[in-house]
Amino acid sequence: MKDTDIKRLLYAHLLCIFSIILSIFIPSFFLENFSILETHLTWLCICSVFVTAVNLILYLVVKSNVSSKRSSLSYKVTRFLKCCIYLLMSCFSFHVIFVLYGAPLIELVLETFLLAVILSTFTTVPCLCLLGPNFKAWLRVFSRNGVTSIWENSLQITTISSFIGTWLGAFPIPLDWGRPWQEWPISCTLGATFGYVAGLVISPLWIYWNRKKLTYKSN
Amino acid sequence: MQKISVLLFLAWIGFLFYAGIALFTSGFLLTRLELNNHSSCQEPPGPGSLPWGSRGEPGACWMASRFRRLVLVVIDALRFDFAKPKLSQVSGEPPVSLPFLGKLSSFQKILEIQPHHARLYQSKADPPTTTMQRIKALTTGSLPTFVDAGSNFASYAVAEDNLIKQLTNTGRRVVFMGDETWNDLFPGAFSQAFFFSSFDVRDLHTVDNGILEHLHPTMDSGEWDVLIFHFLGVDHCGHKHGPHHPEMAKKLSQMDQVIQGLVERLENDTLLVVTGDHGMTTSGNHGGDSELENSAALFLYSPTALFPSAPPEVSRFLRTYSAVAQDLQVKELHRLQNLFSKASADYQQLLQSPQGAEAALQTVITELQQFLRGVRAMCIESWARFSLVRMAAGAALLAATCFLCLLVSQSAASPGFYFRPLLIPVVWGLTGAMVCAGLLAATGLKLDLVVLGAMAAVGSLLPCLWKAWIGWGSKKPLTALLPMPEPVLLLLLIRFAGFFSDSFVIAEARAAPFLLVSLVLLLVAQLHWEGKLLPPKLLTGPRFGFLTPTGPSRHNGLHALGLGGGLLLCIRVSGLFHRCPEETPACSSSPWLSPLASMVGGRAKNLWYGACVGVLVTLLAVVRLWLRHYGNLKSPEPPVLFVRWGLPLMVLGTAAYWALASGADEAPPRLRALVAGALVMLPRAVAGLAASGLVLLLWRPVTVLVKASTGAPRTRTILTPFSGPPTSQADLDYVVPQIYRHMQEEFRGRLERTKSQGPLTVAAYQLGSVYSAAMVTALTFLAFPLLLLHAERISFVFLLLFLQSFLLLHLLAAGIPITTPGPFTVPWQAVSAWAFMATQTFYSTGHQPVFPAIHWHAAFVGVSEVPGFTWLSALMVGANTFASHLLFAVGCPLLLLWPFLCESQGPRKRRQPPGNEAEARVRPEEEEEPLMEMRLRDAPHHFNAALLQLGLKYLFVLGIQILASALAASILRRHLMVWKVFAPKFIFEAIGFIVSSVGLCLGIALVMRVDGAVSSWFRQLVLSHQRAGEQSSLVYTGAGSSAREAQPHLLPSCSQEPLAPGTSSFYNLKP
Repeated sequence: MKDTDIKRLLYAHLLCIFSIILSIFIPSFFLENFSILETHLTWLCICSVFVTAVNLILYLVVKSNVSSKRSSLSYKVTRFLKCCIYLLMSCFSFHVIFVLYGAPLIELVLETFLLAVILSTFTTVPCLCLLGPNFKAWLRVFSRNGVTSIWENSLQITTISSFIGTWLGAFPIPLDWGRPWQEWPISCTLGATFGYVAGLVISPLWIYWNRKKLTYKSN
Repeated sequence: MQKISVLLFLAWIGFLFYAGIALFTSGFLLTRLELNNHSSCQEPPGPGSLPWGSRGEPGACWMASRFRRLVLVVIDALRFDFAKPKLSQVSGEPPVSLPFLGKLSSFQKILEIQPHHARLYQSKADPPTTTMQRIKALTTGSLPTFVDAGSNFASYAVAEDNLIKQLTNTGRRVVFMGDETWNDLFPGAFSQAFFFSSFDVRDLHTVDNGILEHLHPTMDSGEWDVLIFHFLGVDHCGHKHGPHHPEMAKKLSQMDQVIQGLVERLENDTLLVVTGDHGMTTSGNHGGDSELENSAALFLYSPTALFPSAPPEVSRFLRTYSAVAQDLQVKELHRLQNLFSKASADYQQLLQSPQGAEAALQTVITELQQFLRGVRAMCIESWARFSLVRMAAGAALLAATCFLCLLVSQSAASPGFYFRPLLIPVVWGLTGAMVCAGLLAATGLKLDLVVLGAMAAVGSLLPCLWKAWIGWGSKKPLTALLPMPEPVLLLLLIRFAGFFSDSFVIAEARAAPFLLVSLVLLLVAQLHWEGKLLPPKLLTGPRFGFLTPTGPSRHNGLHALGLGGGLLLCIRVSGLFHRCPEETPACSSSPWLSPLASMVGGRAKNLWYGACVGVLVTLLAVVRLWLRHYGNLKSPEPPVLFVRWGLPLMVLGTAAYWALASGADEAPPRLRALVAGALVMLPRAVAGLAASGLVLLLWRPVTVLVKASTGAPRTRTILTPFSGPPTSQADLDYVVPQIYRHMQEEFRGRLERTKSQGPLTVAAYQLGSVYSAAMVTALTFLAFPLLLLHAERISFVFLLLFLQSFLLLHLLAAGIPITTPGPFTVPWQAVSAWAFMATQTFYSTGHQPVFPAIHWHAAFVGVSEVPGFTWLSALMVGANTFASHLLFAVGCPLLLLWPFLCESQGPRKRRQPPGNEAEARVRPEEEEEPLMEMRLRDAPHHFNAALLQLGLKYLFVLGIQILASALAASILRRHLMVWKVFAPKFIFEAIGFIVSSVGLCLGIALVMRVDGAVSSWFRQLVLSHQRAGEQSSLVYTGAGSSAREAQPHLLPSCSQEPLAPGTSSFYNLKP
């Protein structure tokens, strides 16, 4: 593990943060009355698209030379389709988990689903980019002593912090402050976003500080 | 001895908590008795006729009315200085301009122009200065308190004699508009009313504008005698912005315009009263007893001159109240009574000789004023003062006890733990209480049980805490005090903090499942993180062969995932049975909480009834299936027989009761009496059955099937009848070994008969699950009567409760390692999840911690006529409300037992892969049989320590909840919602805690009873065999699958069959 790796990680993460910031400001040039709180669902879609795009670009830039050995078109297509199915599956399973957590079953289905989508964007998409549609590899990364590189380590951190952010985002909902951002699922999406950004910021720093202690087995 | 000391210690801890709760309650809850006497016009207040009597005027009562009509304007939180002029006139200080000053200028104008027609007073509001209590005080003329003991809790309606009732009694038309609270207090009392919700404190204008809309039309219509307006804008503005905000100026100006408009429209026979019900602090809150909160403005105006004569005074209230209440000071009461009799004598004298007695009149007035002040002071002493000292001491006692629970539960886990020191504090407490009582009795002071208990508690707690602290501090750092894993600690902290927010208390029905779901997901994630969730095969793919699981995976991963998923589903589904607290407008309660009798439409009702009966049968089947799985259904013991035959009877009784109760109105008239009798008898029969089942269980708790046989047990020889020549080789292959085995057995039997010295073997089944079988049976017996107290459809929740706790126990067992010889521990996450689940089930059985939400109908189950307030009905309502607390507390020892119970599944999993069958055939006895719960019996010291630790941990988790609600109620005693949210929450938590702690002790006692019974059972067995003079060995079998096959296998090498899973093992007797 070298410092250059960490630097690359940091730049990639900054790019992701930048994409989120862009998703806040760019749409207001094209759409009238755009604001995060009032046209929340639009922002969710845009943010999700932006983050996915940046992740894909990063994947293509960083990984293109690595995985060039299997370059047949059909392989790529099936891989891509598999990725889409995985993403969809994760959206649905997040939706189910939200409902089990107490989200309304019938009302606000779209809102709940978009929360699932944005959470999938923050968690599943990076997993897909980094690990591919390989569920075993995911399970490995998210278990003790399972990470094999700083990328996987940062993936672990950002994913967990996104989850925690979403979880914490649910806490203001019952309060009687009467703020617009307390409505379902705005606080949760904001929490997810903040958690993701926090994870993006924290993970390079954490890896940098612990670079002496971190040893990856098959790096 | 160990058992007794464990139980005594737990009871002592419970007593410490109770003492803390009682001390806090005595300082916090302001209670007074409610008087139901009502005045009437026919009974004059005193002896003799009244000199100012009514003189036969129409509509008059004791005296002639001065004004024919009244306009009462209540401006919520109208502090006295709001009515002051713009510049403060304190000499020597620079005039200050505040937003709220001088806005009610019409008062000043009227006071200047018509000084004889108007008065402005500063009225003193008695705490608690919350709107509902203040309205009660204004209309009844007494001091407000939180709990008015005596009347029904079901509604807030004022039961005491009050102005509104008297006015309507004399035929006045009372018209009201404004705050909805009046509707709760005086339902149906107004001839015309416009109520507006007071819920949203941020909404400044809805109520006021609503009133203004109806004000002028109503006033002009003339269809009223008393007109009451209750404006909320000022109060809400205070809560939202505080009094020093420009909004307050606007609001007061609006009120000024309203008053001006009213004054212009007043006719000569009308009195205008403008009053604030209380004041507000500088931050705009109220509820407490500070000067600013207490001061309210009172303004009187009439177009005719006020007060031509002095108003009369009576002492009826004190007389009546002191006859009812016992807690008034006798000395002071005597003094006041004497004072009043003197004053009234003077007054009578004055009336008889009216000429030239100015001085006499003055003395009468002073005497009467003294009397009234004295009465008020005495009543305040009795009802209406927070005792901060008691509150703080109570909270401190609770906190210290929690801390003690933590300390002792930590030290109980260590191997060198002694039980004897546990008894010392109990003895200390007893002696302390005795000494205190003796001292108090000797000095002749009045004995206050609360203080006495608290002193005993503190006296016994302090040395114990000191000792524990010394023992702890010398060894380990402070950080080791909180041994729980951080996520669980975080969840408990969130739960703790949630008590301090009224929103979270109101939303706890959603917050508790949220935390529970989080904990469950955390458990699953933790299992995965530790590598226990998924078999290593899945993880170590072709590329990643390095991963080594940390421990042997005792459970299939998908199994644990399924458990978690099922658990979440159960929690979510039981959340559908949700009742709203009264306060939330945007919430609708589940329609399934109402009894079936309230349903119209036969078809739907029948379907629901069928479903409910199906649920009952499922519950029964689930319990029986569980017992059968562990083989406990085979035992010939009476409790098992009761489970087999009594439980179906109970189900039948419940179903019949439901059928009659839901269709009682449709019964033909001839059968009415019969139906009514059955409605009374059926619940009693079910409860009686349950009670007898529990008694049976306590009498013979060991549900073990014993089979004694001489020598080796027979291998099963079933000779299939066979006739005719064998048709194939397969037939031959089948028959020949059978014949061989039969011959072998015959031969062996003959051999042993000749030897007659063969070792006697006793096979005992189901010893491995003997504790938990008793627990589950007891819980089922408990659950059925509780279920009967609920509405029919809540039986779904009870089924879910059983499923849920079963799944949770399994999930927890997957993560708890069994430390075979050493100290057993129940991890914190298990205890926390259990407590969370108890809370969640409290809500999902349709309860809320507010008084109007209590299921009062539970008091009428199995009761022939509607009784008054009796202990039985209180018990029934309490059992209904705290059913989940009770069930979970009694079932708490299952947390300790279950991992041992699940042990039987591990080896079975390993044994059953098809390829290994041959191996199992060859050397089956090499697999060590699971000892299951007998491991606990093997280490009685650790078993008792673990029970103690479990009890302390559960008490700790419950204790911090009661501590949090007590702290919240005391810290936020000035909060707007204190009497609506925090105080009821505290009361419910306190009663729930008491129920839980008692249930916990009962559950642990039950386990100990089973343990004792098992011991004596062993002893008897050994004795009987020693008497026979034979060397004995005992086989006990764990899981029940073998029990169904009726025989264990002692000498498996003789047997050709593979062993049934989890069958037998040798248990060494140590007589």
